[in-house]
Amino acid sequence: MLRPRITPCLLVHKGGLVKTVGFKTPKYVGDPINAVKIFNEKEADELIVLDIDAAVNNAEPDYRMIANLAAECRMPLCYGGGIKTPEQAKRIIGLGVEKVAISSAVIENPELITRIADDIGRQSVVVVLDVKKRMFSKDYDVFTKNALNNTKRSVFDLAAEIEKLGAGELVVNSIDRDGAMTGYDLALAERIRQTVKIPITILGGAGTLSDIEALIRSCGVIGAAAGSLFVFKGVYKAVLINYPTLVQRDELIRKALGMADVELK
Amino acid sequence: MIHVVDYGLGNVQAFLTMFKRLGFEATRAQTASDLIGASKIILPGVGAFDHAIELLDQSGMRAALEALVLRDKVPVLGICVGMQILASASDEGRLSGLGWVPGKVRSFRVHEQSASLPLPHMGWNDVQPKPGALFFAHLESDARFYFLHSYFFECDEPSHVAAVASYGFDFCCAVSADNVHGVQFHPEKSHHFGAQLLKNFAEL
Repeated sequence: MLRPRITPCLLVHKGGLVKTVGFKTPKYVGDPINAVKIFNEKEADELIVLDIDAAVNNAEPDYRMIANLAAECRMPLCYGGGIKTPEQAKRIIGLGVEKVAISSAVIENPELITRIADDIGRQSVVVVLDVKKRMFSKDYDVFTKNALNNTKRSVFDLAAEIEKLGAGELVVNSIDRDGAMTGYDLALAERIRQTVKIPITILGGAGTLSDIEALIRSCGVIGAAAGSLFVFKGVYKAVLINYPTLVQRDELIRKALGMADVELK
Repeated sequence: MIHVVDYGLGNVQAFLTMFKRLGFEATRAQTASDLIGASKIILPGVGAFDHAIELLDQSGMRAALEALVLRDKVPVLGICVGMQILASASDEGRLSGLGWVPGKVRSFRVHEQSASLPLPHMGWNDVQPKPGALFFAHLESDARFYFLHSYFFECDEPSHVAAVASYGFDFCCAVSADNVHGVQFHPEKSHHFGAQLLKNFAEL
């Protein structure tokens, strides 16, 4: 059977890997290539790498870094950061990346999704939406530019529009939960799941593997992405890249889906 | 020498790196003359069916590939869209495929048992090889592979189905017709399971 995906999400800032809290205070956690090598050894399901400087600085994607990451990466790789045109997306796919993530540019220019999908196929187009809960409301606003700019657009409206325009996957990233390690926002995840039919990935909040289990229990076959969980160990947040084994993952998925005694087939 | 066809689609470098790790000689082929001396061929691919066929035509390698595969019977392995273009046509495009494996590529979206599921079919899924499917030898019972696609291969000839996977129904995820093989998933991104499969192909 198709399994839920458990996906490390790595943030690149000034050439190094960082982890943020609430999109602020980036803490250096290591070298990107080294991290990719470790996730290769752990046989991670997928990897998301986001360059958090490119969009803010209005810079071109760093093609050299992307080529180096793609050459090293033995699992499917999704790259995001600074992509504004179909030509850039095509070039990045040509470097050996499976999926490209677009975010800020899509809010300004939604039909970019369709244009990129026409070139590289919709299966490789991922849209990332950074969201924050509205005060006194069950809705969420979509933010851009590293959570500095509130677009005042509802994530649910935008998600439906993005699906219609031809995105292959939607990543919803909770700014409130970023680095908090207190669990995913399950209400948000469930409502996104009901809003669109394309594959979705939830990011922000995972502090333990039980948090991933809870997300899969409430949403079924879904992508569970995490940053802090896979780069920190213990209450003092010592930097230590970690990731569950194949056997641990299968066990977690079986438990979450209520299939404790069955083989995953 | 394994030749990986570089026609502008798919992760050629990932195959070269993987074969090097496995101890096989592999090289990138960008022109018809690069293909001379190929004893195995990898036809990678990502993206849309028509785009893949157009790029293969523009590469100038199509005639040389046809001679190697159809006349000299050199084993070829198509990956993802590289597998789909082995068919004669696709729901996704208007152009004809290579027609090396009789069949058509269908959309999950119009198949009633998969239409209600999230598409693309994305992630790790189990694969059930048919008995005797050579390039699936020595794989563990829990082998899984990474899929990323919305279309699937429908063989005219049932004996050409080398493996199936389940997404709403059992669809053909690997084909084998004489020396022409293809897999819908990405062995180059499927960790040690994919490495074993590529090793099997290299040793065919």
